Amino acid sequence: MSRFRHLISIDDLERDDIEHILSKADSFVEIARGEKSSGILEGKILANLFFEPSTRTRMSFESAMKRLGGEVINLGSVEASSIAKGESLADTVRVVSGYADCIVIRHYREGSARFASVVSEVPVINAGDGAGQHPTQTLLDLYTIKKEVGLKNLRIALVGDLKYSRTVHSLIKALAHFGAEMLLVSPEALKLPDELKENGSFAECDLEYAVENADVIYVTRIQKERFPDEEEYRKVAGSYRITAEMLKNSSAVIMHPLPRVDEISYDVDSLPNAIYFRQAFYGVPVRMAILTEVML
Amino acid sequence: MNVLTISKIKDGTVIDHIPSGKALEVLRILGIRRGSRERVSMAMNVESKKMKRKDIVKVEGKFISEEELNRISLIAPDATINIIENFEIRRKFRVRIPERVEGLLRCPNGNCISNDGKEPVTSAFRIEKSENLVFAVCMYCGKKIYEIEEYLV
Ligand SMILES: [Zn+2]
Repeated sequence: MSRFRHLISIDDLERDDIEHILSKADSFVEIARGEKSSGILEGKILANLFFEPSTRTRMSFESAMKRLGGEVINLGSVEASSIAKGESLADTVRVVSGYADCIVIRHYREGSARFASVVSEVPVINAGDGAGQHPTQTLLDLYTIKKEVGLKNLRIALVGDLKYSRTVHSLIKALAHFGAEMLLVSPEALKLPDELKENGSFAECDLEYAVENADVIYVTRIQKERFPDEEEYRKVAGSYRITAEMLKNSSAVIMHPLPRVDEISYDVDSLPNAIYFRQAFYGVPVRMAILTEVML
Repeated sequence: MNVLTISKIKDGTVIDHIPSGKALEVLRILGIRRGSRERVSMAMNVESKKMKRKDIVKVEGKFISEEELNRISLIAPDATINIIENFEIRRKFRVRIPERVEGLLRCPNGNCISNDGKEPVTSAFRIEKSENLVFAVCMYCGKKIYEIEEYLV
């Protein structure tokens, strides 16, 4: 029996459901690497409905589906399709749910995935709804932490844009289930909103303290658009940049949802601390766990 | 003793203990507005033992379901309902906060799917209460509304 029919928000999952997905993901790692083969989703079709580009997420779902023996169909270019002619999301979802066994949706409006799940005949997985939710990212972040350092007694530093980053917001809510201690490192203007501090243990600190004391440093991009002028942005962003020099005496692992711009310098890549490419890979076994959960 | 200036009704619903000044919003929540055919009488700023000043609304000639009446709790949490039949009170109860309301509120988030005119979507809000604060949470985008009357459709 599936624990959930749709995956729309990390808030819909209990700690128990999260742990179930994470341990299930473990059993898919070798298949995700191509070391073992599987036909567990043979005969199933996944429809990718990406109304805005997110090549990485889309490819990760495709890889997961295909390595499990399933097929993938894509919406294709939004401009060329019926959406440009003004078709509603509801109609698109209804039509496509007749073509596939599961829909992965990314859409620019908040709440779109929830709405799609209401009108769809098949399970819907949210791959990002505007500034809203992106639960598969959160689950792959949790899986990475579990795999690399463990979720128990975790001290994690969240660095960068804590005000607007939905990745950070969802991760915080999920980590609260596991009693993690969270260190907040951000410029004044991009602090974590108070309403997100309701559950969990939080402390503000600087980057230096975080590097010395945290098990995980989770870095997010500080966007230029958040600042009144470019000079201000450069000054601020520069002081939240991770370099190899900084990590000389640190055993903290560095995570990043990618793509990065320059918040982690390239000289970090070769250090044992850098796990962000493995993190991206873990997206595949985690999505395998989710796809099989909703389709089997 | 204060004499109420509105007459008794034969069959209908009396909504009492509305915070003063909110009577019109109560009618709005019940879908009674200009052009509606029900007979409505209202008393505003009536003296009250419980709440100093209150409003009272009486509606005749319309059957109002308990579910509809419970919506009133969003702006008048202490309102009491008297169902009148043949000049007598048949039933008396206090409104209860509904778990969810559909099509009643508009999401303040302009980018929420429930505000997309192209979609066949009805707004849906979960109603929550923390201490004395009643607020609504958009079931689509998660946006919270604290000033509920500002977002009545
Ligand atoms: Zn909304």
